[in-house]
Parts: sequence; structure tokens; C-alpha cells
Amino acid sequence: MHELALSRAIVDAALRHAEGQPVAVVHVRLGSLRQAVPASLAHCFELLAAGGGCEGAELELEPVAALLRCRGCGREWDPAPPPLPDHLPGAPPIPSFACPACGGGGEVLDGEQLEVAWIEVEEREPEGSAGCTG
Amino acid sequence: MHRVRVKVAEDALDANQTIARANREDFDRAGVAVLNLMSAPGSGKTALLERAIEAGLGEARIGVLEGDVQGSLDADRIAGLHVPVTQLNTDPGFGGECHLDANMVRSALPEVPLGEIDLLAVENVGNLVCPAEFRIGEDARAMVCSVAEGEDKPLKYPLMFRSCELVVVNKVDLLPHLDLDLDRLLANLAAVNPDAEVLTTSARSGEGIEAWRDWLAALPARRGAPA
Repeated sequence: MHELALSRAIVDAALRHAEGQPVAVVHVRLGSLRQAVPASLAHCFELLAAGGGCEGAELELEPVAALLRCRGCGREWDPAPPPLPDHLPGAPPIPSFACPACGGGGEVLDGEQLEVAWIEVEEREPEGSAGCTG
Repeated sequence: MHRVRVKVAEDALDANQTIARANREDFDRAGVAVLNLMSAPGSGKTALLERAIEAGLGEARIGVLEGDVQGSLDADRIAGLHVPVTQLNTDPGFGGECHLDANMVRSALPEVPLGEIDLLAVENVGNLVCPAEFRIGEDARAMVCSVAEGEDKPLKYPLMFRSCELVVVNKVDLLPHLDLDLDRLLANLAAVNPDAEVLTTSARSGEGIEAWRDWLAALPARRGAPA
């Protein structure tokens, strides 16, 4: 359900940097620890973009895996896969944010980003510049 | 028309973070420590604040900012304890948002008597998802998880459980009536946030309220964590 709030932040950031030009693509690096569902994010983005400078823009999501480092022993690990109820048959083991080696707490090295990396805007040719190759 | 790539390289929540820092500067200038208190609806945030205020917070003068989609039911309860309380509704003007963000809190600050308090408890909108995403300028984040919610909640909402330094496991007076395995809940919590401090309480029976009160009362002394 937080995808709506996150999408609004993405649209706002894109519009700020588009400086009034129509936005065609918004490229977002999405860390797995953000727990955002890509399809839901794309749906909310489309709804919020309608009628504004991001209308019809494509939301490109680049997944970023999580990486944690133990503050105690320095071991690095990825807590993925994302949590699933462990009673489901065949469900993967519960991921752990505790160090698999010593049980200590970890600091997040990667996987928390919700970064608008770049956008593509439709730029109109300046007046009288037709044919100009510069 | 042709397409031009514009480098952005900005966290989408940077705008919120900028306002959170401005809130934080105001809190620091006034010497007020701020707690962002979160939970699912009905876990007992208001009841726990009531019990702590009734028990007395020593030197710390507390104020409460009540975040709700609508109504002032919680604020009315706190006001009955004669501490400053400010109602912040997300319904008018904020689209009925399911969480507080830095801008909403900023809009309410003129109503908060920062000069008269040492500790501001911000009771967020009941929700285990969105409030975790938005910092409001707080010094500390705590959450309440009642035993009636089941032992799987840390695994389902790790973003929230990971973002809090204190988890208050409330309504433990209900344990004899529930199938809940408390050890399992605590193990799931430890898997998601091994650094979290845990208190077990019952706002109803009073169990653990002293430790909760002491934790709150100690907040003003450790003011100044990064916003």
C-alpha cells in the first residue's frame, strides 16, 4: 500500500528535474529492502502521472539486491529472498537480518534506495534550428 | 522533438528528508526530543502514552502530537491528562493520507508549544507500512506490536520493524487467551531487527509500564541523533 506514496515522490522528483518539458522515461533504482511491489508501483505511477508532465511516461525499475555487513564479525550477506509466510509448502527459509555467522546486527550496504537515477524528456527543437546539426 | 536524458540521481524521498531536517532544527532550537510512535491500528499507542503520563515522567515535560485520518478521539483522551496535545488530521488538505510525513508535521508545529515541553511524542497514523518510509525530524522511532496481531508480523512488515529502535509488545495480559507463541514472535523480531530493544507491556494490567515510562523519560537526555 505504500506504493502510492512512493509513486507520488517519484513523480514529484521527475517533474522537478524536467523543468516543464514532457517526461518520456523515469528510471528508478529500487532496492529490495524497500519492499515495493514493482507492478503496484507502475500502476500507481500511471495513475498519478495522468494529466501532468509525466503523463504516458514509462517507469523503468532497476532492481538492486540487498547487502548487509555484520557489525560484529564483518561477514557480508544478502537477506533475500523477501519474507514469505513459512507455513507455505515449498516456501524459502525466512531471511535473516541477523548475521548468519554470529547472529549480530548488520548495517545496510545496499538495497535501501528508491533513487530516481535519470529521466528522459522530450525536448522541442529551438525555433529556427531546423537542419542545424550542432 | 527528440529525447534528452537528464541525470537526476536523487532519492525520491529527498524532498521529505529536507523538510524533516527543518523540523529537526526547530526541535533542537527548542530543546525538544521527538519520538515517532507507530503501530498497526488498535495496538495500544494511545493507551501506552496515557499510562506513561499517569505514571509521571519525572523531570520531562511531555507534549503529544496526535496523527489521525480524522477525528480527535485520541487527542481528547490525552487532553484529559492535562498535557499539551495537538491534533493533526490527514483528511483535510492532505488527502486522508495513511501516514504522517515531514510536511504535515511542519504544518502542525505552530500549534505545538515547543517552549513548554522537553519531549514531543508524535503518535503516527495506525499503519505498519507507509509511516516507516517518512521521517518527520524525530530523534527516536518506537513501535507497538500487540500480541493479538500474531507472531508473523515482523516477517510481513520488516521495513517497519527494522526502522524502530524499540518494539513494545503490548497486551500481554491477553496471552492466556491466545494461541500466540511469544517466543516465536520475539525470534521473528530478532531475525528482522536484532538490534531492537524490546519491552513487554500491558496497558490494561500495568505490567511493564514502569520500564516503558523510564524509556520515555530518558529520551530528552539523548536528544541529537541524526535527523
